[in-house]
Amino acid sequence: MPLETETTSETAPENAVPGAGKPPAVTTRTEARQRAARNRKLGVYGARVAVLVAFLGLWEVCARTDVIDPFNFSQPSRIWDQIWQWITHGTAQGSLGEQIGYTLYEALTGWVIGVVGGVLLGIALGRIRFLADVFGPYIKVLNAIPRIVLAPIFLIWFGLGPASKVASAVVLVFFPVFFNAFQGAREVDRNLVANARILGADNRKVTFQVVIPAATTWIFTSLHVSFGFALIGAIVGEYIGATKGLGLMVAAAQGTFNAAGVYAAMTILAVVALLTEGLLTFAEKKLFRWKPADAGDGR
Amino acid sequence: MSKTPAIELTGATKRFRTPSGALHTAVRDLDLTVAQGEFVAVVGPTGCGKSTTLTLVSGLEEPTEGEVRVYGEPVTGIDPKVGFVFQQDAVFPWRTVLSNVMAGPRFRGVPAAEARERARDWLGRVGLAAFEDRYPHQLSGGMRKRVALAQTFVNDPAILLMDEPFSALDVQTRALMSDQLLELWAGTGSSVVFVTHDLDEAIALADRVVVMTAGPATVKEVFTVDLPRPRTVEAVRLEPRFVELYREIWASLGEEVRITRERGAGRAA
Repeated sequence: MPLETETTSETAPENAVPGAGKPPAVTTRTEARQRAARNRKLGVYGARVAVLVAFLGLWEVCARTDVIDPFNFSQPSRIWDQIWQWITHGTAQGSLGEQIGYTLYEALTGWVIGVVGGVLLGIALGRIRFLADVFGPYIKVLNAIPRIVLAPIFLIWFGLGPASKVASAVVLVFFPVFFNAFQGAREVDRNLVANARILGADNRKVTFQVVIPAATTWIFTSLHVSFGFALIGAIVGEYIGATKGLGLMVAAAQGTFNAAGVYAAMTILAVVALLTEGLLTFAEKKLFRWKPADAGDGR
Repeated sequence: MSKTPAIELTGATKRFRTPSGALHTAVRDLDLTVAQGEFVAVVGPTGCGKSTTLTLVSGLEEPTEGEVRVYGEPVTGIDPKVGFVFQQDAVFPWRTVLSNVMAGPRFRGVPAAEARERARDWLGRVGLAAFEDRYPHQLSGGMRKRVALAQTFVNDPAILLMDEPFSALDVQTRALMSDQLLELWAGTGSSVVFVTHDLDEAIALADRVVVMTAGPATVKEVFTVDLPRPRTVEAVRLEPRFVELYREIWASLGEEVRITRERGAGRAA
């Protein structure tokens, strides 16, 4: 967008030169600029791929020439073989799709519960002073606990099934979302609230039509981070004890000294995380059409 | 003129507790009456408590002492008869222009179809009919202000409070907006309290100009502006009577501005 405006504003004076036959020159200049932008983009992508190829190549070569011990560090070709084997023949726990599905199901369920809980409580405490004063210290205490150590406890409480993984995902997701929603509800522009009240909004309408929309920016920043946390919660839960899932695959591979299996599961996890992140960014763009295009102008 | 006054402040005082814990008196023993359909401009040195007066009338704040009445009724909470145009942008950035103007009627329980019709009508009057689908960030400052005006006028407020509404605009836009405000107001018969630090603007718009003292604010002097209506800001400025009034009022206001400035200098020293 800024690039476009720049181009037009720079070409405008050239157009104004009377009868100088400039238009072709202008188009070539615009074209040159577009080409440069395209080339730059290609350059970035090319360099990215080069970095990846160099890294994997170096790893492969070092492993093959025994500079590093392939038993401990594995090597890209073996990892790929492992992934391919999982895809074609399934894992020891069942098909690969099923494992990914389990982990995603646990992470998503935990994420949704954590987000809904965090947003509701965050907004409620942000809006109602009394609740904030009463519960503030407790939430701080709970937040101070390293929550990942709760995973074994959840295993004892909820068993080997998905429930214990969902629970650990929930506790990881809840706090960042809660604090962001709370902050967002607290920092709503006072003019907007005053305006809404004068226009006739009661407390409920102020909450739903002013505070919540204004806090969505804050909440969404936490959604990105917190989905990663949900995946971590699910994986750690599975790693400690489960019957299905990617975390279990990591644990199983580790148990049989299969380094390639650990890396392969991690690779699959990374791909899954990137895809969901992409979906979230897409949803965010849809939701924030009202925001100015250039970042940082909002706040 | 035996009608009940639209606004009546008697002995209104407002004290705030500052973050450091000290008491700050923003408004002290203020008496002010605004008749129905009257346009009153309030001028005073910066930071003297003009805006606080408006928040007292609107019901956003309660007076510490004294009484505020709107149409004879003591103010308890926000009165639906009141409209408020803020100094800063207060339109909702996540709503489109049309949706922003519809907000007031919708908040007050008007059905969506009727609210939309009324909103479109007012958008037409402020000249933004073609922009109803835009978001506020896509508009200029002057256009956003017009959205704010439409948003306020659509509720048909009997009392219109304006807190330096045009101070963030450039000079030309400000003159245009003032004219537009006079036009919009002429049809409504509502009472206006218009806070400004711009004496030109005050005289051009108002029936009466109230001069406030340096803070804590109270009424120092009231001047009647006997310029004929309808007025246009650019034309009225050139009339000899305007200049005369300006000189008279400035004599009163200038002194308060000087006091405020000396205090500021004293604090800085």
